[in-house]
Amino acid sequence: MSALLEIHDLSVERGGRAVLSVHSLDVLAGEVLAVIGPNGAGKSTLLLTLARLLKPSQGDVLFHGQSLSTLNELAFRRRIGLILQEPLLLDLSVFDNVRTGLRFRGLPKAETRRRAEEWLTRLGIAQLGTRRAGSLSGGEAQRVSLARAFALQPELLLLDEPFSALDAPTRARLLADLQSLLADTKVTTVFVTHDLDEALLLGGRVAVLLGGQLRQVGPPEKVFSMPADEEVAAFVGMETVVPGKVLESDQGQVVVDIHNLHLEAVGDFPPGRQVLFCLRPEDVTLWKQSRLPQSSARNRLSGRIRRMLPQGPLVQVEVDCGIPMKALITRTSAREMDLKEGQEITASFKATAVHLIPR
Amino acid sequence: MDLIWQGIREAFQLLTSNAEVWGITALSLQVSGLATAVSLLIGLPLGSLLGLGNFRGRSLTMSLINTGMALPPVVVGLTVCLLLWRSGPLGFMRLIYTPSAIVLAQTIIAVPVVTGLTAAALQQLDPRLRLQLLGLGASRAQMIWALWREARLPLLAALMAGFGSVISEVGASMMVGGNIRYQTRVLTTSIVLETSKGAFEQAIALSLILLLLAYLVNLALTWIQQRRVKR
Repeated sequence: MSALLEIHDLSVERGGRAVLSVHSLDVLAGEVLAVIGPNGAGKSTLLLTLARLLKPSQGDVLFHGQSLSTLNELAFRRRIGLILQEPLLLDLSVFDNVRTGLRFRGLPKAETRRRAEEWLTRLGIAQLGTRRAGSLSGGEAQRVSLARAFALQPELLLLDEPFSALDAPTRARLLADLQSLLADTKVTTVFVTHDLDEALLLGGRVAVLLGGQLRQVGPPEKVFSMPADEEVAAFVGMETVVPGKVLESDQGQVVVDIHNLHLEAVGDFPPGRQVLFCLRPEDVTLWKQSRLPQSSARNRLSGRIRRMLPQGPLVQVEVDCGIPMKALITRTSAREMDLKEGQEITASFKATAVHLIPR
Repeated sequence: MDLIWQGIREAFQLLTSNAEVWGITALSLQVSGLATAVSLLIGLPLGSLLGLGNFRGRSLTMSLINTGMALPPVVVGLTVCLLLWRSGPLGFMRLIYTPSAIVLAQTIIAVPVVTGLTAAALQQLDPRLRLQLLGLGASRAQMIWALWREARLPLLAALMAGFGSVISEVGASMMVGGNIRYQTRVLTTSIVLETSKGAFEQAIALSLILLLLAYLVNLALTWIQQRRVKR
């Protein structure tokens, strides 16, 4: 796939302060690139810069190999679609809202009608056509916003956390519909979100922005299982991140020393190498007995439950095993095992669940 | 109390029989309507620039406009008088004591009102709406038109406030128009004159017309508001 967008040494300032710096990033034609990061990471700034609604203080963005600064601004904006967090519909009927961008482009009335009807139907809201935008629910309004952008048949679709203000069931339905629309239209998309599930569901590739810096780009499974650094690891949910030193190394397997605990992991690092030992809480199994049956889990640690934090249907259990470790278990498991704070417990995890980051 | 009832009775008789009363009313509407239209032509773009723009001196200009919204009509009258007086810098135009002079003075009164309320109306819109419109491919002109459309109710209120400020003012009209019978006599100056003469029935008749005008203007605004709510 060729690159539709190429970002080179991009730097953006707002209010005299540098808020975004991206050395190099390509958006390939037809792909969905999910840009993830916490609030204030510079995600929206990146999106607005790509839409040419913010001017970079330095660097360049190429669209089909041509610098955005040399393209006619209005002509470029009419080749993209932009969806923001709030639907920001105009005080018009739903039908006229979907036609807005088409009318800006001076398309014939019959064509604007045809496209608006088509996209209202595709988004399952044809029956809302005559309703005023102000009378819609949040989910309906965001569907209109999607129809309005897709009706433009953009070459590049930019979405800025479009579902973050919606309730969970509405969000799930919209995400599923958007996923199938993106697959059908194959429109090149940059999707900004702080929600990791959304990124996993939609993103063909994931880019991680932290503190205005692009930290990692790659397939979601790689970014989520092999984060590039400590902060990316923390952001993608590696709850246990502790420094250690490689003691032994043999054919892709290593033993890491962490405060005199010897833990096994998969990696190719020489002895003596300083590493960060990362582990997801869902990869940790808890046992009440200290003598465990034979299993493929290479690491077993005894400790005491420090804290139990309910998280919806799950419970996050913090265990002090010499290193602070977190395990995520269901409420049912916690109840049946009768877990309590202060109780002695054994934690086990496989060597393959560990991700090592060189320091 | 009798004086008031008698005044109202005679006022209704005057309204049906006195052509001069209706002539004064027509001139008032003509002068204030024209002043409001001119103030709209100036105030709408200027208010949009202040409401949407981001430039040096914007805050200072905005504070001057806000001060201008409370401009005393007599001060405007005095200033326009000095400008249009025969020996004044614009005396050669021979506009003093003409309806044009009243239009000029009333425009000066209405422009800050329309400008200030236009800026406020546009500032109340979600600032991200501008980004969304541009993202939909709007040109600058299309964006501003769409924003005016979104803010049409407060903009309508700005228009009504501009009209209200000039149809009811008396100081400037009196000073630059001279209250000349059949030429520059408008409702407010006429009411002052008739009251000073003790011709209360005439003054009450003119006041009723002024009130009726104010009521009709508000009725139109309310009708437009209700129409929007029902949709």
